[in-house]
Amino acid sequence: MSEKLLEVKDLKVYFEMKKGFAQSLFGKPEVLKAVDGVSFSLDKGEILSLVGESGSGKTTTAKAILQLVPVTGGSVVFNGEEIVGKKDLSEFRKKAQMIYQDPYQSLNPRQYISDIVGEPLMVNELVSTIEERDERIREALEEAALVPPEDYWFRRPFELSGGQRQRAAIAGSLIMKPDLVAADEPVSMLDASIRTGIIDFMLKERDLKGVAYLFITHDLSLAWLISDKIAIMYLGKIMEIGSAADIVKNAKHPYTKALLDIMPIPGKTLTGKRKILEGETPNASSEIRGCKFCGRCPYVMGICKETEPEYIEVSPGHQVYCHRMKEETEDE
Amino acid sequence: MKLLEVKDLSTYFKTTKGYVKAVDGVTFSLDHGECLGLVGESGCGKTTTALSITRLLPKGGEVMGGKIFLEGVDYATLTEKEIEDHRWEDVSIIFQGAMNAFNPVKKVGWQIAEAIIRHKGVTKQEAWKRAGELFELVGIPAERVTQYPHEFSGGMKQRAMIAMALACDPKLIIGDEPTTALDVMIQAQILELLEELRKKLNMGMILITHDLSILGETCDKIAVMYAGKIVEMGTVDHIFNRPVHPYTRSLIACFPNIESEDRKIPEGIPGYPPNLIDPPEGCRFCPRCSLAESICSSEEPEFMEIEPGHFAACHFAGKEGGTDV
Repeated sequence: MSEKLLEVKDLKVYFEMKKGFAQSLFGKPEVLKAVDGVSFSLDKGEILSLVGESGSGKTTTAKAILQLVPVTGGSVVFNGEEIVGKKDLSEFRKKAQMIYQDPYQSLNPRQYISDIVGEPLMVNELVSTIEERDERIREALEEAALVPPEDYWFRRPFELSGGQRQRAAIAGSLIMKPDLVAADEPVSMLDASIRTGIIDFMLKERDLKGVAYLFITHDLSLAWLISDKIAIMYLGKIMEIGSAADIVKNAKHPYTKALLDIMPIPGKTLTGKRKILEGETPNASSEIRGCKFCGRCPYVMGICKETEPEYIEVSPGHQVYCHRMKEETEDE
Repeated sequence: MKLLEVKDLSTYFKTTKGYVKAVDGVTFSLDHGECLGLVGESGCGKTTTALSITRLLPKGGEVMGGKIFLEGVDYATLTEKEIEDHRWEDVSIIFQGAMNAFNPVKKVGWQIAEAIIRHKGVTKQEAWKRAGELFELVGIPAERVTQYPHEFSGGMKQRAMIAMALACDPKLIIGDEPTTALDVMIQAQILELLEELRKKLNMGMILITHDLSILGETCDKIAVMYAGKIVEMGTVDHIFNRPVHPYTRSLIACFPNIESEDRKIPEGIPGYPPNLIDPPEGCRFCPRCSLAESICSSEEPEFMEIEPGHFAACHFAGKEGGTDV
């Protein structure tokens, strides 16, 4: 059996929207529900992709798990320990790292690459001598294919290409030997031709060291390529979660199906019109009764606007947030 | 007459280290109502080609040679004053990151009306009315013309940007990565809209993107650019099903195909595009090409027609034992 690394239960992150002064005195503050009851679990060395449109709460979910935004409710158990509300996070911080989307902004332009990569070691006092530090940096750069490491040692970020920068950023997160890395669209800024190298590097680290990834992307085809599990998010909720094959080849939720229908396939010419969902994603601060997706769902029923659906397990590990599933499973 | 004919266009940027040959001898043509996809890695000259056609090059950029005929008028030789009359009226451009292209303190409708007044010489009322009509055309309720950009969602701003590009009934519209920052669902909406409008108004369109996957369903022709040159050009069928240039093949192989059964990590292309101040001799793709032979690093391949409508610049294109399928 694989070991459970992370267990997220009913995670909620609400933001209060600041309005004008008068409204802050008399009115009720508007609440934006960025993440509204997200649950999933992750084993050691597993890759879970969070897929959804912008504003669906993917990044906030990852940040809430890493305790980088205040959590409104729910629980995050990491290595058997509750993290939400824990005072001393220093151990957790060493074991859970984040990679950001834009390597042009996430690296300090005035630091040398070796300092950027090695800084976490010094901050966390993981090494006692300079020699030890240098050895670890050399290893990390080599793993990131920034070879020979000496060539990159005294370079600054502007001297590196986008792909090399992202490698350096990832090397800086992985030098801590973390158990969990939340990667927020790590390749979406990069050309398709250099994406592969980054993905290969991340997968190799998983195979060798058992790093688990929480991979955030809006690209379903990329998620399918690398993940063990995929969670489709919409307005702060997981619509459907399951193995990569469950989601891509056997999608159940109308939103997942819509996303799959619209995915452009290289070289495929179009016959007829694109199957576009009606309307736009509602504002996350608007109050939605019933199913979060009911406003755009092509199969909407009366009950969808009244009560919120529950997660229904259609096959082991494959859960769907939809009322129609209930009927389907009852029919059988 | 062709709508657009670009012949041997060269655009260089002057830097302290020398000229950057961003576009170097690009030739293509476009008919009325036709859509050409321009694709390649970043820094290969796609946007510079577009900006050369509209003559909106940033400081330091200069069209060094070649001709740009739009319905017979050579844009390369027009003065700044003359080009102003053509821009928006004959050719308009939808910019990359259009979300930030609007002035945040002016009403969206007014920003469109301004362009109409400048070019059509109509009254304010008429211009506002036209702005409303354009909004309807791109699927935004006309009453929203009086709103400010911050009241629009990302997808709506992109639609408004398209409405603006259509303000003076251009014959050619250039979309420079018009959907790159958008979600798949909104991307599909925008592409659908552009296609509808193109058919309705019989416009020519150039779609610039680094995302090969959207080209198949949108374009009639595709031109693949590498290091300032077009390396292969043909129909969607030619490019995707019978590519002859190794760069085109590698580029296609970079994209995962969700419809295939096995999950294979795509190959990627080793190395980086060359420095365009001093590009490699011979074929520019030669240092990254897995099939390169000695001739590739000494002689520049000719851009030849391999089959009707299918062009490529590779020494081994269409030859037996070469890269031919």
